[in-house]
Amino acid sequence: MSNNSANSSNLVIAQKAVKQLRLEASIRRVKVSQAAADLKTFCLQNASKDPLLVGVPSSDNPFRPPKSCALF
Amino acid sequence: MCDHTFVAITFGPCDSCTLNKPLMNIYLQNEPVNYCSLCVEMMACQGLTQGENLASLKAESEGLKLRLEEERAKLHDVELHQAAEKVEPLGQLVTKARRSLKGHGNKVLCTDWCRDKRRLVSSSQVTEHAVTMPCTWVMACAYAPSGCAIACGGLDNKCSVYPLSLDKNENLSAKKKSVAMHTNYLSACSFTNSDMQILTSSGDGTCALWDVESGQLLQSFHGHSADVLSLDLAPSETGNTFVSGGCDKKANVWDMRSGQNIQSFETHESDINSVKYYPSGDAFATGSDDATCRLYDLRADREVAIYSKESIIFGASSVDFSISGRLLFAGYNDYTINVWDVLKGTRVSILFGHENRVSTVRVSPDGTAFCSGSWDHTLRVRTGRYLSLSDTHTHTHTHTHSLT
Repeated sequence: MSNNSANSSNLVIAQKAVKQLRLEASIRRVKVSQAAADLKTFCLQNASKDPLLVGVPSSDNPFRPPKSCALF
Repeated sequence: MCDHTFVAITFGPCDSCTLNKPLMNIYLQNEPVNYCSLCVEMMACQGLTQGENLASLKAESEGLKLRLEEERAKLHDVELHQAAEKVEPLGQLVTKARRSLKGHGNKVLCTDWCRDKRRLVSSSQVTEHAVTMPCTWVMACAYAPSGCAIACGGLDNKCSVYPLSLDKNENLSAKKKSVAMHTNYLSACSFTNSDMQILTSSGDGTCALWDVESGQLLQSFHGHSADVLSLDLAPSETGNTFVSGGCDKKANVWDMRSGQNIQSFETHESDINSVKYYPSGDAFATGSDDATCRLYDLRADREVAIYSKESIIFGASSVDFSISGRLLFAGYNDYTINVWDVLKGTRVSILFGHENRVSTVRVSPDGTAFCSGSWDHTLRVRTGRYLSLSDTHTHTHTHTHSLT
């Protein structure tokens, strides 16, 4: 590969990197306190519906041991 | 000008720079040529903007990185666990083993729940529950949203879709359809919102979106500089983004339609093995070989929590959230599963029972149970619940629970 194309590919890599960084720098951000508050709110709002947090009554549990009934 | 929608990716010498690389088949002045992605970019960016040269681009690059760091730091006014100080702490986790599935002949590598919440597909070193694949390692598997098909792949560099049938005698391998083709192993796959499209990630450093029916490549995602090990789709119905994590220690967020890398996070110190969105879609968690799990918030554009302990020195292979997002289940290479309080950053439980590495942890779609798959050839399904602190003095469960 000629020196010229090595230079131009380095250039293109650098241009790609700068394009990507410009994009990342331009996005809007919120404060962590705001983001944390939203995460907290989501957790608390959905906590009562989370079966791994509050459990489900045995009758609703899809994984409970199957009960059998005997007919005499 | 080349047409940016390309049909297939092959591997070989680039027509422009002659290096062996993954190639894009494009048309240049109506002639079909095979260019590597770098040469395609070179063509697209021909001609420098006034005053740009290598030195000025490097300087701008450094300047932008510094600015990014400063912007992110400015907004870092509080830690997540500080914001969650007033939240009631969780008490003891009481879990019950519900199923122990021993059908695999070898290490379990991957599992996925069906949306009907009752069925699991899992893949292993030799066979999976539904079909036998003609290759030794199946590394990825996924259920189609309809429950009528599964997709799997691995060291064969492909992702194939198998329709499922209730007829046990039917030879499902005969009906298989090869959908994705990468130039290295398939590490993860996932159907998008329908049975019609599959997203894949690969050891070749790329992710790709495929049409199941035609096998056509719809979009490819370039940006990782090493193997991509995991991906997860954003939970929203209209969501068009996904996150990927890889051996370059980066977690990248992508726009599915444009192929653009929207955000990138690089704070892990080793390979990222697993990525999973927080249920609200505003954040995602990662599990890494550096023995930590981390939470990244998308709107704050930074890492907001690290889940680690000095006593945990083995890599985390797989992570998943409970449906409220309060609990993070993480499987580790030291055979345990640690359960973390996402808000407070503390570990609330450690689960033993597997006899080898835990390779995959998945919470069921309705959140009632979680399943762990391991190199000990088993899958274990458990349900559980947290007692609040006021309940704990009436129970005498110890802090650790066996999976058996």
